[in-house]
Amino acid sequence: MTIDTMTTAIMTDIASQFGARIRAAAQAGQPLRLRGGGTKDWYGGALDGNVLDTRAYTGVVAYEPTELVITARCGTPLADIETLLATHNQMLAFEPPRFGSGSTIGGVVAAALSGPRRASAGAVRDFVLGAVLMDGRGEALRFGGQVMKNVAGYDVSRLLAGSLGTLGLILEVSLKVLPRPVCEASLRFAMSEIEALTKLNQWAGQPLPLSASCWHAGVLTIRLSGAEAAVSAARRTLGGDEVPDAAAFWAALRDQTHGFFDAGTVWRLSVPSAASAIIVGGEQMIEWGGAQRWLKIEDGGDVDAIRRTVAAAGGHATRYRSSDKQAAVFHPQAAAVAAIQQRLKAAFDPAGIFNPGRLY
Amino acid sequence: MCFRVPYMSVAVATQLDDIAARRAQVAAALLAVLPARAVLSAPEDTRPYECDGLAAYRQLPMIVTLPDSEEQVLAVLRVCRELEVPIVPRGAGTGLSGGAMPIRDGVVLSTARMNRIVRLDAYSRTAVVQPGVRNAAISEAAAPHGLYYAPDPSSQIACTIGGNVAENSGGVHCLKYGLTIHNVLGVRLATIDGDIVELGGAALDAPGLDLLSVFVGSEGMLGIVLEVTVKLIPKPPVARVIMASFAQVVDSCHAVAALIAAGIIPAGLEMMDQTSVRMVEPFVHAGYDTDAAAILLCEADGTAEEVEEDIARMSAVLAAAGAVAIAVSQTEAERLRFWSGRKNAFPAAGRISPDYYCMDGTIPRKRLGEVLAGIAQMEEKYGLRCANVFHAGDGNLHPLILFNANIPDEFARAESFGAEILALCVAVGGTITGEHGVGVEKIDSMCAQFAPLELEAFFAVKRAFDPAGLLNPDKAIPSLNRCAQFGKMRVRGGLLPFAHLPRF
Repeated sequence: MTIDTMTTAIMTDIASQFGARIRAAAQAGQPLRLRGGGTKDWYGGALDGNVLDTRAYTGVVAYEPTELVITARCGTPLADIETLLATHNQMLAFEPPRFGSGSTIGGVVAAALSGPRRASAGAVRDFVLGAVLMDGRGEALRFGGQVMKNVAGYDVSRLLAGSLGTLGLILEVSLKVLPRPVCEASLRFAMSEIEALTKLNQWAGQPLPLSASCWHAGVLTIRLSGAEAAVSAARRTLGGDEVPDAAAFWAALRDQTHGFFDAGTVWRLSVPSAASAIIVGGEQMIEWGGAQRWLKIEDGGDVDAIRRTVAAAGGHATRYRSSDKQAAVFHPQAAAVAAIQQRLKAAFDPAGIFNPGRLY
Repeated sequence: MCFRVPYMSVAVATQLDDIAARRAQVAAALLAVLPARAVLSAPEDTRPYECDGLAAYRQLPMIVTLPDSEEQVLAVLRVCRELEVPIVPRGAGTGLSGGAMPIRDGVVLSTARMNRIVRLDAYSRTAVVQPGVRNAAISEAAAPHGLYYAPDPSSQIACTIGGNVAENSGGVHCLKYGLTIHNVLGVRLATIDGDIVELGGAALDAPGLDLLSVFVGSEGMLGIVLEVTVKLIPKPPVARVIMASFAQVVDSCHAVAALIAAGIIPAGLEMMDQTSVRMVEPFVHAGYDTDAAAILLCEADGTAEEVEEDIARMSAVLAAAGAVAIAVSQTEAERLRFWSGRKNAFPAAGRISPDYYCMDGTIPRKRLGEVLAGIAQMEEKYGLRCANVFHAGDGNLHPLILFNANIPDEFARAESFGAEILALCVAVGGTITGEHGVGVEKIDSMCAQFAPLELEAFFAVKRAFDPAGLLNPDKAIPSLNRCAQFGKMRVRGGLLPFAHLPRF
């Protein structure tokens, strides 16, 4: 028996144990809390049920650098995947935040948090090509695949991105990967919030290799990524000051170790990039060309007022990080949307055992 | 050519007399709530709707409706819901998988008259358009702002955004710029229950499950698109294309892998085999090397400096990978000439053969050599020729099976040939459709790709949006009975699922 076939046999066994555990929980009506490294326990609504730890189900199943696809089991550490990709000069272009060394790829997809490159490269769901889902009956279902273009059947694998484990256990996921940019440079400008929002929207309409942006405390920082010629031409056009410790700056933003995230309740306001300043008090940090605005408020803020203001701007507000688990974390949905969501939930998780209350 | 495929509807009325009575009943109900010009029921008026781009499959619809507003769409839905009439949504009818093929006792809901660009905002780089707006019309409207809508399916001058959303359409530039799902921010739709639902929006995400992901590409089976918010992106000022010839097909495959390994994502990356090259060259005089076993077209776009740098890097990789000849377009006219051959592959097939059947599998690129060898063997087996064009960057293969419908059994042979190609695509780890959709055409091949429980899950998704099962029923997702009849039930792990299911 080769190491590979041994691993496969062990993993098959672990998956069937997961299946047995899920079936038993469904029968008993006992909630299960699907959990990888637990680095995002603070995110989302209630933590309910007995922990089903996914970390034993681990390992990269396939990685073909020239096919731009990696397939890994849910418990594979994000750090391992990033290290492997880096050896082939590739990356997860959605730049998921790394909240700790325990972060797993299953958790990355289930939470679907994307980093600074999101506005230019796309979100987690844009890179999901396929998944194996273990549903509430303990059955493994395969959706999508390991190819870039695939329109056979409904795209259930992308639906799993951001589902926070509520539809089932993501056993395995295939993700599109991209080459790392040949060249990057970061520039800094002293600018007011309004001025920064205007510039970001204007620049995004021009053929500039913008790959990230951050406005905070009167300073706009942008990152350019691409061919050397494109980056240097854009630098000449845009001006600004070179950022000396750029890699550390973007990593701190991506991993939310930036001082902004230190204390207090943090809201995530997802709005159209062109929305003007959102005036709800507190301190703000703006990313994604204006489309993601972080709001820090010491006392947590007036939930209704924040949600009303953000909705009026065409967006939604998430109570992203808060010590108070009582108030609703996610923005309320329209009744018709919530009804479809509930029917999907009932279809995949008929006993309602997976992560109740975490997302809805 | 015209083939009639018998349709077995889940609904009522299968006798001819019943259809006439039913038509009168449904037409009267529709005319009570819609203007006369929005309801077509005479066969001479509904005939143009009997098929989409897959002309081999035809069915005269009972009635065609042409609503021009949300209110009228809701009125059609209400009548159909109350009378339990199945609905087939239709955009421009350019689809290649029969997704818009009518139902004998059903209503076609054409979005052709909902063709307004509601709003186009250069500052936010978004446009809100009605479903019947043509794909190319969006880019035309955005052009004065230096912006465009990226997905460019080959039918873009005719196909509509509503159809693009239904099929998750791609195009030759989707390796770099993505599919419809990557370029649509939000969809406003009507459910069969008459609810208006907004999925996504002008922000980059929405609370709750990402229902937009599952709606895009759902082939008109989950809801009727009322409005689409699309992303517009800056038009690259310059584009140039490299045409490289290879003495062996396998060399061209390695060249594609070498480009990706070098960290290059070309704006377009297309391969044509010798049969395709020899088919198109006399037709368009693109300057292709007809002695080459395969040619690659590799495009770079961006600013002039960026393109120059990329072209130099790509040329070096292609030369190192064994390209026997490399030509780089020097002018826009030359670029368009290089592309003209690829873009005219389908018409050229129509020129040298009375009929052709276009397949749409996707495979892991490294398996291309094997798949092409398999297709060559099938040419012998079925006694039909096949030309291969390939979206090489993303592994999407379009074998064009050439046949003559006037020769008895040639279409049947072409169909079997096609089904065998798709089975091979699945066997090597690919999929039966990369961009054309399943529709009615590939519904049996779905049985080869998905296990019964997965098909059940798809039906559950459909029921979550369309509990009544009236929207484009019996398309895209085969019933388990149908798979049992087709005899290609996917079995994993040696166990036969649903052992109790009757098989015929």
